[in-house]
Amino acid sequence: MTTQHVHASAAPKRGVIDAVKYIVAVAFALIVLIPLLATLINGFKSNAEVLLHPFGLPTVWHWENYTGILQSAAFWRQLGNSTMVMLATSFGVVVLSSMPAFVFARMNFRGRELLFNFFTLGLLFPAAVAILPLYITLRQANLVDSLWGIILPQVAFGIPGNILILRGFFATIPRELEEAAAIDGCTPVGFFVRVLLPLMRPALAAVAVLTMVFSWNDFFLPLLVLNTEKLYTLPLGIMQFQGQFGTDWARVLAFVSLSLVPTVGFYLLAERQIIAGLTAGAVKG
Amino acid sequence: MAEISTRPAERAAARARPRVRWSRIATIAGFLLPAAVLYIGLVLLPVIQAVYYSFYRWNGLGPLQNFIGTANYARVLGDRVFRGALTNNLTILLLSLVVQLPIALGLALLVRHNLRGRAIFRTVFFLPYVLSQVVTGVIWNFVYLPHGGLISTIYESIFPGATPPALLAQPNTVLLALFVVITWKFFGFHMILYTAGLQNIPAELEEAAQIDGCNSLQTLRYITIPLLGSTVRLTIYLSVLGSLQFFDLIWIMTTGGPVNASETMATYLYKFGFLRFQLGYGSAVAVILFVLCFGFSLIYQRAVMRRDFE
Repeated sequence: MTTQHVHASAAPKRGVIDAVKYIVAVAFALIVLIPLLATLINGFKSNAEVLLHPFGLPTVWHWENYTGILQSAAFWRQLGNSTMVMLATSFGVVVLSSMPAFVFARMNFRGRELLFNFFTLGLLFPAAVAILPLYITLRQANLVDSLWGIILPQVAFGIPGNILILRGFFATIPRELEEAAAIDGCTPVGFFVRVLLPLMRPALAAVAVLTMVFSWNDFFLPLLVLNTEKLYTLPLGIMQFQGQFGTDWARVLAFVSLSLVPTVGFYLLAERQIIAGLTAGAVKG
Repeated sequence: MAEISTRPAERAAARARPRVRWSRIATIAGFLLPAAVLYIGLVLLPVIQAVYYSFYRWNGLGPLQNFIGTANYARVLGDRVFRGALTNNLTILLLSLVVQLPIALGLALLVRHNLRGRAIFRTVFFLPYVLSQVVTGVIWNFVYLPHGGLISTIYESIFPGATPPALLAQPNTVLLALFVVITWKFFGFHMILYTAGLQNIPAELEEAAQIDGCNSLQTLRYITIPLLGSTVRLTIYLSVLGSLQFFDLIWIMTTGGPVNASETMATYLYKFGFLRFQLGYGSAVAVILFVLCFGFSLIYQRAVMRRDFE
């Protein structure tokens, strides 16, 4: 009887707590979503209507705001540049981080920890600190105003953190597997290429996806390195578009919405990998 | 048969020979070298170069010959604008620790279990983190528009006839307005870290506390939060470093204005290093920023996070 009594009084209280939880969660979800939805919807309005009634649906749907951008060569070129930089950076980071991570996780030699610390020291170096001399270096190497001038530094700054992440993952492979491979005549290189990399696909995917997000969103490096409009990546394109059509908020918001589509789509597809990469990096970092 | 069975032993012996050890060294070197070249050339060397440049007056073009010792540092530290920028960084830092992290922790606990649709909530909360800072900045410029923005429209509907405040244009509100955007963008990141940390807490411990008579608040206070300690220390660490280096959002939304009211060390560095071509002076700013970040990292890792690595 007494237990029943406890349950009876706890149930309504629990209902109230759940309701409060929901209200808080929904409130925060709205704070996140309203600016994004307003951006998307206001992109369909005339500029006058945006400024008069930013909330609510458009009275007339101005599809031309969107189609105009989709027909402009600049938008697609920027999308292409961003994609190229993103893919090249991601490929570079995966290759150049997995190789040292393999050495640090699976091979024993004197000075290993020292070298490992040397590589991960870069985690403490903010990009802003290196940026002025980096610019000079890139200028000497003739990499200013070229996409390589973004890709190479992005890879370089991605190496320390991702070595750390991948070393953690690579260390989980049982030693027996390596011994078995060695008995079958596998060299360390063969083991790395034929056994470890295929086994570690989820970890590599996490690193690749996370690098893609950072590369895609990077603003600081392109801002410094790129001068020619033809090379602009999407973040620079948005800035330029806002500079050109600053007062025409409807078109600016349409441009922003279009540049959001790939990001949000990618996020919904790869949320698990992004989160896996972030938590692995943070916890091990 | 016998021949096959001796092979492993033969191979093991072969591996022990010095000839093969050279190939091991070659493997190690070959695997480390490509990464080392990029890393040294584009990460380590520039930081060392920044120290070197900071002792010169240099416009970035001619040869480095105008050695001026520590004059750049004296000028940076004596500049009121720089000290204001540093103060702004510290304000963002403090607000992040006392506002942003508790919100993130609260939401992580909220969407932890027993909440239907928690996966959707998590996806939504984390969404701003994957957006670029440019997109975020432009969207929030629109939200803050003094005429026709989302906030001013709400303000006008509550106080008809009143002029809504231009939050980004006033020196006394700009930093707070930017902090709201920073929180909007980054709370999801910290929430994800807390969520991961919470998943590592065995459910039995909390159940045991409940059986021993703890209510949910007491369980939270005495079991959950202490067990989350390493994650909390980590998010504080990341939050501090992030706050010290803030650039993108601020550059996009205010470029440090109005009248330097939202300047940070990084925007200050950019203005002097790239817009005014004072590379020596900008490098001195970079080195100060570096010393702050590096010093904080070393002290914090030694003093606070040491036990988390063991």
